[in-house]
Amino acid sequence: MSTDTMLSEAAAQPPAKTRGRRMSSWMIMLVISGALIGLSLVHQLANAPDVTSSGAIQAALQAAVPLGLAGLGGLWAERAGVVNIGLEGQMILGTWFGAWGSLEFGPWVGLLIGILGGAVGGLIHAVATVTFGVDHIISGVAITILAPGVVRYLSYITWGSAGATQSPQVPHIPRVSVPGINGLKGLEEHEWFLVSDVAGVLRGLLYEVSLVTILAVLLIPLTWWLLWRTAFGLRVRSVGEDPHAAESLGLNVYRYKYYGVVISGAMAGLGGMYLSTVTSAIYREGQTGGRGYIGLAAMIFGNWRPGGLAVGASLFGYTDALQLRRGSESVHALLILVGALLLALAVWEFIRRNRLVAVASAVLGVLSYVLFFSVDKIPTPLVQAAPYITVLVVLALAAQRLRPPAADGKPFRRGG
Amino acid sequence: MSTAAGARRIDVGKLLPQLIAPVAALVIAAAISSVALLISDKDPLLAFQHMYEFGMLPDTKVEILNKASELYIAAVAVAFGFKMGLFNIGVEGQSKVGAFFAGALASASFMDWMPGSLRIVLIIVVAMIVGAAWASIAALLKTQRGVSEVISTLMLNAIGGLVITWLLNDHWGVTEPGAQIKTTGILSKDSWMPGLPIISGTEQKVLGFFAVAVVLGAAYWFVINRTRFGFDLRATGYNPFAAVASGVNAKRMVITAMLISGAIAGLVNLPRMLGESHTYTEGFGGIGFAGLAVALLGRNHPIGMALAAILWGFLASSQIILDIDSIPKEIVLIMQGVTVLSVVIAYELAARIGRRAQQRRVGVATATATAAPVPAVEESK
Repeated sequence: MSTDTMLSEAAAQPPAKTRGRRMSSWMIMLVISGALIGLSLVHQLANAPDVTSSGAIQAALQAAVPLGLAGLGGLWAERAGVVNIGLEGQMILGTWFGAWGSLEFGPWVGLLIGILGGAVGGLIHAVATVTFGVDHIISGVAITILAPGVVRYLSYITWGSAGATQSPQVPHIPRVSVPGINGLKGLEEHEWFLVSDVAGVLRGLLYEVSLVTILAVLLIPLTWWLLWRTAFGLRVRSVGEDPHAAESLGLNVYRYKYYGVVISGAMAGLGGMYLSTVTSAIYREGQTGGRGYIGLAAMIFGNWRPGGLAVGASLFGYTDALQLRRGSESVHALLILVGALLLALAVWEFIRRNRLVAVASAVLGVLSYVLFFSVDKIPTPLVQAAPYITVLVVLALAAQRLRPPAADGKPFRRGG
Repeated sequence: MSTAAGARRIDVGKLLPQLIAPVAALVIAAAISSVALLISDKDPLLAFQHMYEFGMLPDTKVEILNKASELYIAAVAVAFGFKMGLFNIGVEGQSKVGAFFAGALASASFMDWMPGSLRIVLIIVVAMIVGAAWASIAALLKTQRGVSEVISTLMLNAIGGLVITWLLNDHWGVTEPGAQIKTTGILSKDSWMPGLPIISGTEQKVLGFFAVAVVLGAAYWFVINRTRFGFDLRATGYNPFAAVASGVNAKRMVITAMLISGAIAGLVNLPRMLGESHTYTEGFGGIGFAGLAVALLGRNHPIGMALAAILWGFLASSQIILDIDSIPKEIVLIMQGVTVLSVVIAYELAARIGRRAQQRRVGVATATATAAPVPAVEESK
């Protein structure tokens, strides 16, 4: 990754003004209500109820959680200075061990075993990168090559040749609802502008929510608190910013890197476990489908911060979920919103004299509208490609405003 | 001791650990997979013996070389990036997109006039151009917007596969009589690449593209070791700051390396497409990631990667026999995964040991010959 630093320095614009980059709470409310009004408009203009239906929102939440957990995994590792592209492999371990543990010992023990499976994957990554100083990307790729083999073999010897790629039905952790929330169903069906949309969103978020979802959502503030408000977190972050300075202050750098990477694997394991026991009730080979990488992208989008990665995971999760719910119509309808956002961005960047970004987003925005008016439906494979395209476009537009930990991805040798 | 080694210009102290490393990794992989087999009540020795015997059959040898050709091309594509610290994880996507568009164009009806041999050239050229074009997206995102090529190539892999699914099923795909799946259409017979009868004792022929893979390996060696461009590439990989200070244009290097890598990646599926299936189907793929493993195992060295590709081909081809002995053939996946992981660790350790041995020797040399000039120390990575 050594060329990265150099390139970004070469390509960097004048140093970004350090305005208050953190959003205040009223700004967050403004963004959320803006998004809701936008989606309601799309719903009405293109007659696409699944843009804000409770079913779609529920699916989006369930799609966002594994991405968010993978993102948290990425955050823990990279805050400690280790790039963990092996998240995908650790998630794969989580899917299988979560399903197997749930079948053998019940869902709660299964949760722990899934987390443990991912943590072991993280431990392997830590041994390779921290102790032996292997390039982080190479080790991560190796783990992602190893994990499917291990899982396939274990699957074969546990469930026989018929179960090599698929497990039996897996028991799941209970789901809970906010009392009375189902009463919103009537309101949602009325198709009133904004009111029905809000009802759909609330019902999607609060009805029949798995306890694991709640746990996962709580992990985001918990991670923030641990990393930014405790001595332990400060040490983890210092190791990712400047390991030599940390060492000179008497910190055991290796140990804190190990903590970061093992917690990272555990988070990814929980994300994988979520896929096989909450999103679906069965382990299937290839279930992760690159979500570890998308989670990493969500973390980059979130500028290596928990709140930002939650927003990124929600965005990518929402696009991921649409393919399940009449995606051809919904994605087509959403092109209105995407186009408007891109054109607005183009104007904003033009005022700020970022000509390249302005032109690029204007072209993409116009293309969105051309696509919207030229077809009625988006073909299914392209709907499935939507989350990946979203990742690329978002990173292309945002990547240069980001600040990774200073020693991220750099090998560190004790006493060096 | 050091004088004899010095005369041959080969530093045994540095080379030996580098050679022991892959062997050690293989031993570790064999040990771990033996444990896995023992856990499931199978005899590991029997499994290895049967795999070896099956692998030595002439028919299997042909299949091994066929697999090795694809893997080797993929590995060279990856290695071009690796040499300058660039991670092209997108070989998988670039290879699919390249082969798909080349196949679709070559079997389109308006191309009927073209003689077969010219069509083979056309397929090769188009596959390379499309592969490079697909890689250029990641290259431009990196140089213009600072997006890490690791993430962008992974996303492009997924997007490429889905775009092909869409074009194949909704637009350009045809279903041949008697077939179930959509393909880009069978190429006319005169553009089938003839096989090479280089394995004796069998009617089977090695895919003709094997020869292209060999030429590619030689070209790779030449470009990396004997050209200005190759020097700049390696210099950027070793120390980007020094390279930039000496006048290397970092952005241009990223774009060029990525385009070359993508162009080679475009060739990956052609051995099968020109010599076996004669069309593109959705069954293609999966070689890109294995190519990464082969490049890691072979340390980006043209001969190292060739050996690694043959080993990978052997493991993949001879696993079939395990099913007959009711041994789960999935054990091979563990073997491959452990090999990759332990080999990268072993190489790192070997480099450390080599460095330490070198330091000690230099220390001894400078201490004994106080007046003599210090021998030049070549810095290893």
